Amino acid sequence: MDMQATKKKLGLKERYQVMTRGLDWEPSYQKKEDIYPYVAYEGIKIHDWDKWEDPFRLTMDAYWKYQAEKERKLYAIIDAYAQNNGHLNVTDARYLNTVKLFLTGVSPLEYMAHRGFAHAGRQFPGAGPRVACLMQSLDEIRHAQTQIHALSNYNKHYNGLHDFRHMHDRVWYLSVPKSFFDDAVTAGPFEFMVAIGFSFEYVLTNLLFVPFVSGAAYNGDMSTMTFGFSAQSDEARHMTLGLEVIKFILEQDPDNLPIVQRWIDKWTWRGYRVLTLVAMMMDYMLPKRTMSWKEAWEVYFEENGGALFKDLARYGITMPKCAETIALEKDHLSHQAWGTFYNYGAAAAFHTWVPEKEELDWLASKYPDSFDKHYRPRLEYWREQAAKGNRFYNKTLPMLCQTCQIPMLFTEPGDPTKICYREVDYKDNKYHFCSDHCKEIFEHEPEKYIQSWLPVHQIYQGNCFPEGTDPTAEGFDPLAAVLQYYHLEFGRDNLDFEGSEDQKNFDAWRGMATKNA
Amino acid sequence: MAVAAVKTYEFEPADALDKFHGAQLLYIGWEDHLLFCAPFAFPFPPTMPFGAIVDQVLPGSFGYHPDFARIDWAQAEWFKSGKPWSPDFAKSLAENGLKHKDVIRFRTPGLTGIQGSCS
Amino acid sequence: MSTVFIALQTNEDTRPIIEAIVADNPHARVNEQPAMVKIDAERTLTVRRSSIEALLGRDFDLQELHINLISLSGNIDETDDELTLSWNA
Repeated sequence: MDMQATKKKLGLKERYQVMTRGLDWEPSYQKKEDIYPYVAYEGIKIHDWDKWEDPFRLTMDAYWKYQAEKERKLYAIIDAYAQNNGHLNVTDARYLNTVKLFLTGVSPLEYMAHRGFAHAGRQFPGAGPRVACLMQSLDEIRHAQTQIHALSNYNKHYNGLHDFRHMHDRVWYLSVPKSFFDDAVTAGPFEFMVAIGFSFEYVLTNLLFVPFVSGAAYNGDMSTMTFGFSAQSDEARHMTLGLEVIKFILEQDPDNLPIVQRWIDKWTWRGYRVLTLVAMMMDYMLPKRTMSWKEAWEVYFEENGGALFKDLARYGITMPKCAETIALEKDHLSHQAWGTFYNYGAAAAFHTWVPEKEELDWLASKYPDSFDKHYRPRLEYWREQAAKGNRFYNKTLPMLCQTCQIPMLFTEPGDPTKICYREVDYKDNKYHFCSDHCKEIFEHEPEKYIQSWLPVHQIYQGNCFPEGTDPTAEGFDPLAAVLQYYHLEFGRDNLDFEGSEDQKNFDAWRGMATKNA
Repeated sequence: MAVAAVKTYEFEPADALDKFHGAQLLYIGWEDHLLFCAPFAFPFPPTMPFGAIVDQVLPGSFGYHPDFARIDWAQAEWFKSGKPWSPDFAKSLAENGLKHKDVIRFRTPGLTGIQGSCS
Repeated sequence: MSTVFIALQTNEDTRPIIEAIVADNPHARVNEQPAMVKIDAERTLTVRRSSIEALLGRDFDLQELHINLISLSGNIDETDDELTLSWNA
């Protein structure tokens, strides 16, 4: 046997230097600006790319090793969960509707994040950020795949999960998360990094993954808990990258500050509006609740985000001004959102319901200043009417915000009895907004947002019917045609949870699982 | 402000009037009745009489609410883009000055939703 | 005063890690939630390799934390021996 010479092991910092520097070369026959065509036009000035530091100092070899370990753990649990009919151990079948919303609304964004980071990484001339973007791009495609894989097990048993990718590009409420991410990936590489890497990952994803995934665990959904925490273990690294991006850009040139501040203001608001869906999942859709949306917001945004922005004050960054509006909305957001889905329960690919009496009491205890006064009368009226066979299904299409694409359901800051209307005239057309912040985002880049694919307007233009449909034919039913275009089956995927096939099947199967037939 | 871009960045609006097959969009909200989660969007021909909206369209959209049957339309207060406005029910949308994507609201004094909760 | 935090999955891998963090950071507060543990601390929190190794009885690479990490906040300074989270303000 040959004797191996003992090599001195490199320390973490040296190892990182060796593995992430000097990987690129100086081009000799192509101009740098031709190789990196998108790096300058946003106005961000970078003088020294080598100042980039990955605080975790993760190198590709270590990355593969730890990701492989995470995958082994994940698939062991997913397999055990499926083999053990784990779906019958969730608290009750209403819970499954959160999973449907997640698969149709969130998992496709993971795939878009994969594309976005691959693109941003390609466009940055520095080797350090390129390596970090490469890892994040791989993480994101892993998240998309593991989520689809884990949730495919539910598709064997329950409705509404059968064509999530098709739905993501078409269904009215899914245009909210879709357009959010399309907005980010069509921005330049620096804005994308601030939008997704910082504002979404650092400031907001804790609100998506931590209370929601912990809530999945609490409701017996081991499968979602496992992919959620497995994804979130990558998020910790992404958050670190997001913070590093901000610090790096701000340290490079003082001219970068106003551009970055505007992006932070914009993307904190854009991301927060998307989280409207999460607010209602937490307060209304988890049968067993861990914390209210308001509590989660206070911990993860006001407390943790507050500390972050205090830390960034040394660079001149201030708390986004939308934080004041959000503070006024936190008592109302989830109730207004759930009311909207209850209204349009005939056009959603999941079930809706009025919460049980004890659940209304829980909401009242978590929202003492708003729930009994503004929202309980509405919900109780709906329940009474449903009991009389007069369940409310709103059949008239709503007005949408031009920027966030959410129905105009939000109320005036400080007055929960009045819808907030804002409008702008631009080049002979009128545009409408749910808030001052969505209006300001439009006013800064009107040419981008006049292109919004607003589902309601697209339906009225005749673009959301199956191919070959004749809307002028006698007896034409527009709602039926739109649902066909969505691949949403009327009577199975939509309507109230009460009386649904999911409800009946779950009860029957759980009965079979717990006693001899 | 212009969009930061590497080349000319100009686009047609996705919702220009000519895309609605002769109709124009009108948004209508009912104040103090948030049982309906958001104002409604309608495609109407500009020649449609305003009164036809009140008589033929609104009952289908707002009629579920117990307050709807109690509305005294002579007392209703109208707003266009948030400012007081008086429609002529006999005249068409165009004659009433309503353009594509205008937003109107109506308030029904004395009617404030389920148990006065503005629902 | 600003708070930093680290959140870990609740499992056998993390039990000694959490014990070590708590021992090394007497000012930290442990907040147990379904399937996860969130450790909050004013201004700064340190994860020390030697303390974890003493409880585990084997070598431990701090980067193994990634496997069970859920989330964190604060500026990170990582070496072979310590991972520190802190806010400057």
